[in-house]
Amino acid sequence: MFHWLEKHPFFFAVGVFLVISFAGLIEVVPSFADKSRPVIGTKPYSTLELAGRHVYIKNSCNACHSQLIRPFKSETDRYGHYSLSGEYAYDRPFLWGSKRTGPDLHRVGNYRTTDWHENHMLNPPSVVAGSIMPAYPWMFTNKANVDTAYAEQLTIAQFFSVPYNKAVPMKDGSTKVVKMGSTLADAHALALAEAKVIAADMKNQDVKDAVAAGNIPEIVALIAYLNSLK
Amino acid sequence: MENRPLEYDYTVAKMFMFATIALGIVGMLVGVILAFELAFPGVNTILGSGVAEYTNFSRLRPLHTDAIIFGFTLSGIFATWYYVGQRVLKVSMAESGLLMFLGKLHFWLYLVIVASVVVTLLAGITTSKEYAEFEWPIDIAVVIVWVVWGMSIFGLIGIRREKSLYISMWYYIATFLGIAMLYVFNNMEIPTILGTNGIGESGFGDWWHSVSMYAGANDAMVQWWYGHNAVAFGLTVPIVAMIYYFLPKESGQAIYSYKLSLLSFWGLMFVYIWAGGHHLIYSTIPDWVQTMASVFSVILILPSWGSAINMLLTMKGEWQQVASSPLIKFMVLGSTFYMFSTLEGPIQAIKSVNAIAHFTDWIVGHVHDGTLGWVGFMIMASLFHMAPRVFKREIYSKSLMATQFWIQTLGVVLYFTSMWIAGITQGMMWRAHDEFGNLAYSFIDTVTVLHPYYTIRAVGGTLYLVGFLLFSYNIYKTMSARPVEESELQNASPMGA
Repeated sequence: MFHWLEKHPFFFAVGVFLVISFAGLIEVVPSFADKSRPVIGTKPYSTLELAGRHVYIKNSCNACHSQLIRPFKSETDRYGHYSLSGEYAYDRPFLWGSKRTGPDLHRVGNYRTTDWHENHMLNPPSVVAGSIMPAYPWMFTNKANVDTAYAEQLTIAQFFSVPYNKAVPMKDGSTKVVKMGSTLADAHALALAEAKVIAADMKNQDVKDAVAAGNIPEIVALIAYLNSLK
Repeated sequence: MENRPLEYDYTVAKMFMFATIALGIVGMLVGVILAFELAFPGVNTILGSGVAEYTNFSRLRPLHTDAIIFGFTLSGIFATWYYVGQRVLKVSMAESGLLMFLGKLHFWLYLVIVASVVVTLLAGITTSKEYAEFEWPIDIAVVIVWVVWGMSIFGLIGIRREKSLYISMWYYIATFLGIAMLYVFNNMEIPTILGTNGIGESGFGDWWHSVSMYAGANDAMVQWWYGHNAVAFGLTVPIVAMIYYFLPKESGQAIYSYKLSLLSFWGLMFVYIWAGGHHLIYSTIPDWVQTMASVFSVILILPSWGSAINMLLTMKGEWQQVASSPLIKFMVLGSTFYMFSTLEGPIQAIKSVNAIAHFTDWIVGHVHDGTLGWVGFMIMASLFHMAPRVFKREIYSKSLMATQFWIQTLGVVLYFTSMWIAGITQGMMWRAHDEFGNLAYSFIDTVTVLHPYYTIRAVGGTLYLVGFLLFSYNIYKTMSARPVEESELQNASPMGA
């Protein structure tokens, strides 16, 4: 049979393709039938948080930080409850990372503050002595891309039924509604309102001035995102 | 018609050889910069704080991986394909105007993609998925280039004189099919510009931005089904294609066993894909998938070692060549690193070992003993074998080759040993508890302890880069300084005499 295949390239290629597609069909496809559902307490990202997530991706934070707490005592001691599949239901793309040059961030919102992040992103070793993380001063001047974040919200609401403007169940039995703007101007207003809350806890005068003037620096969006990781 | 050997046309092979060398230098240089950034964070702002955004570790890291995988390695694969393909099929590119055109189109389109990847990654335009960072416009271009390559492969096969496909051909075909399948499914994404129509004011936001079709754990599973097998079909399968052609040619030995090559090929095709889930052990994907991935990773030793042993036994009775020819040294050490790396991988895929190794530098070390020791050595060896035939000139300097070999071997050894120690140290420190059951170390303790190993790794990487520059110089001098031979060198090995 093999000799015959080697003389018939078309059938050879078909054979190879069948053999290599086998594993994907068995391992990957069944999990899609049982698609990952959000656990109670998981809500979609707000416009500003999503813009912050884009800042996180733009700077490849995931190259050094994981967002996946494994079910070991040493990890739950350090980072909090181990990660659950449903907590990632609104993560497109997933940001689990593959290397922990720095610590895991899946629940960083539980134990770091706006103020901490502000100092840390500007000069990491001043907050954590011996840190090898580089500084990210440009995030204090670059503007967050609210347009793209809003476009993404519209897309995922439309194509993947992400529940914006709908009641989402919380752990304490209450419900929460994550609002999405009905127009672009509306989306900007929502993001700015959220940014003002973050900026109020920050010290950098340029950032405060920018937000007061209606602009949102990347750092504000990033902190909104990091604070949402709980 | 007079009875003389076929003359092959190496126009496209040459173009890709240049790309291999240029992109190799870029990718390795960026790698060395990254290594120094981890050892000495001041290097992040080496060109001044004004451009720090573009010299920063996080911005450069995807550029390094993509420049090596899709730049250096892929160019090497294409360069060898446009050389080996003609020879094993016994047909010249010059016989078909269409194939020649497709080959050149392939090269120029590929260069356009490379340029756009460099620009977009530096600008921070990325999907974040490892080795699949490109946004949808580039993905579409990649698919087009891939189809062009496919037409070139099957076009050449269509006009072949040798009816039986040689082993290397199996592997090139598998590379083409495997990457096509993986790339398309992993990059399923929806451009967000499509979502903006709903509110009547369309066209805002970055037009190139997209959102993954898969969410969370599903996205992770597809990504590592891809990520792991991009390694399979990008860094293993085509490199095996190279060694099956170049080792017998260079050593003058026949392949040791046809049956072993059959077993290894079909075994590798079947087993490799299953193992992707070993990147997600103890994550939130289904436990049975994790265990399957673990088991299949161990089984993967069989076909991997099958090829490697087949190569080593091909040298049976001719081992003195390892001492006398630096080119054979590269290939034999390459197969040895392949064996080493394909033993190390399965060990790391065992759940209890993975618990320590995952997220640490040991994984980085594993990747690099494979890429530096196996992929890099084989591509350079292949180009060394091709150069005298393509340029019709003897290799410029054999002693420079030997020097390069030893410098790079030392570099690889420094790299993986330091990363082993770093990874296991960090893995053990993360999980250490004191006598009261509290964590023994804060995270930063596990970072600062790695400084010496990061420094050694940077030195190892630098040595490898130096070796690669020697290689580039040697090829350059071969092209330019040597007298041209009358016709293509048929049997004289460049190492002869």
